[in-house]
Amino acid sequence: MIATIAGREFKALFATPLPWILLALSQALLAWVFLSQVEAYQTQYQPLLATLGSGYGATELVVAVFLGDARLLVLLLLTVALLAMRLLAEERQGHTLPLLLAAPVSSLQLVLGKYLGGLAFVAVALLLWAAMPLSLLLGTALDLGRLAAALLGLALLAAALLALALWASALTARPGIAALVSFVAGLLLMALNRGAAGEAGALEYLGLLGHYQPFLQGWVNSADLAYFLLLIVAFLALAVRRLDALRVQA
Amino acid sequence: MSSDILLQAQGLERRYGDRLALAGLDLTLGRGEILGLLGPNGAGKSTTLRILSGTLPPSAGRVRLAGIDLQERPLAAKRHLGYLPEQPPVYADMRVGDYLGYCGRLHGLKRQALLAAVTRAIERCQLGEVRHRVIGNLSKGYQQRVGLAQAILHKPDVLILDEPTVGLDPLQIRAIRLLIQELRSEYAVIFSSHILPEIETLCDRVVILSRGRAVYQGALSAPAGGPREVLLRCAREPRPELLAALPAVLEAVAVEPRRLRLRLADEAAAEEVQRAVLEAGWGLQEWLPLEQHLEQLFVALTHGEAAA
Repeated sequence: MIATIAGREFKALFATPLPWILLALSQALLAWVFLSQVEAYQTQYQPLLATLGSGYGATELVVAVFLGDARLLVLLLLTVALLAMRLLAEERQGHTLPLLLAAPVSSLQLVLGKYLGGLAFVAVALLLWAAMPLSLLLGTALDLGRLAAALLGLALLAAALLALALWASALTARPGIAALVSFVAGLLLMALNRGAAGEAGALEYLGLLGHYQPFLQGWVNSADLAYFLLLIVAFLALAVRRLDALRVQA
Repeated sequence: MSSDILLQAQGLERRYGDRLALAGLDLTLGRGEILGLLGPNGAGKSTTLRILSGTLPPSAGRVRLAGIDLQERPLAAKRHLGYLPEQPPVYADMRVGDYLGYCGRLHGLKRQALLAAVTRAIERCQLGEVRHRVIGNLSKGYQQRVGLAQAILHKPDVLILDEPTVGLDPLQIRAIRLLIQELRSEYAVIFSSHILPEIETLCDRVVILSRGRAVYQGALSAPAGGPREVLLRCAREPRPELLAALPAVLEAVAVEPRRLRLRLADEAAAEEVQRAVLEAGWGLQEWLPLEQHLEQLFVALTHGEAAA
């Protein structure tokens, strides 16, 4: 049942032009960002590193910088906001939600199906983006362990944002509002790491980026893993509750 | 009519904030029965059907589908349910065949059974020629039929149809009526409409809602042996007083010069009157029995609203 819903969701996403345009434009923009970072590395950092005899290389100064780039993160938020529009809000707006609500499908199955369908789409986008740093392997050696950690971090960040988006999508029958809520809430969660005093407080612990940075540096901490998994479970649970409220007696 | 009760609702109530949309509705429906839900706009028809289909929680009351409580075991109960909401729940970007396949899988149908169910639903709703077309490009009538196909796909015991003939042309309405007639032996059907003749031709029983309350609930057939009304049209101008003199005619009124409205004592009176008209040489052109029972009932019961 979950696979049925996820499968339809994934196919339906590619049946409209918007996701294609998003994939194409984000790829073009990120290619430009990536190339400028590669160029900066070649012309500025590489000679410097050679004279210093430093152990740093392209993995640290190109891959980690690229995957942590603000423009990439904003595009990730946009991708996820697009999914917030589609997943549940559009079903409500298009009067197709009764089909799912009247079928013998539980809210949990429905939410998981929608989530996995959306996750498959996000995976496609991330694979396309990750292909750029991976292409460096053609010309140079990369620290594959670190690269894997960074990509795992990006995948977890995306999965957490998508869970947030799904909840936002369950809140309203207006796709535009769902997208906006998902985008702003995601941005807020990311911004929580920048305390004005520069001190690491409780707020920073709640922020997404504070738990994403260690992955970029090659550290896979169980605390960071647990943070992302908890976030995913919490927002999916909120989405299930929200759907239940639409049809189950209080 | 079997005693097999498939749908049972007790004390259904729904509030939207302070507004009471539905108050204390009880319903029972057995296999082979067609129940019509009638009422002016905003009387609570859609609210009732949404509650019965488990897509809207009632503020109070219980629903049992095929003997299973919809609140306690929603998944088991919904296996027995086919629902066509007011707006057909179709995905504009899917093809008809793919869409029905998806609906079948949502109800747990697989492979052979799924294929057979889709083929049968497409045949029954006459969707063969649009099977491979994208739903969004189809006319409203076709979309409605796709929605209906979705509702009957998995052979549910209870079929809930919210205004199934809205937006259809007369031929399509006829086709849908025939289809509902055909389905009656296998299912318990409940459908809403504000088109009186539609309810009259299809339903065994009717519930009339007005301002969220059931103001009438009962069988639907004109009382046998009672007076009948007939509208008749002649080629040449008739004289009503001659007909009124017949013992079988209670009243004869000229509506237009060549058109009369007659109130007859009973069914048997028709033949006598027809003979009299022919013998008088007026040239009988049209004989239209008026089944006003339901309409009179409806207007009388929902008067305040209908006048508004």
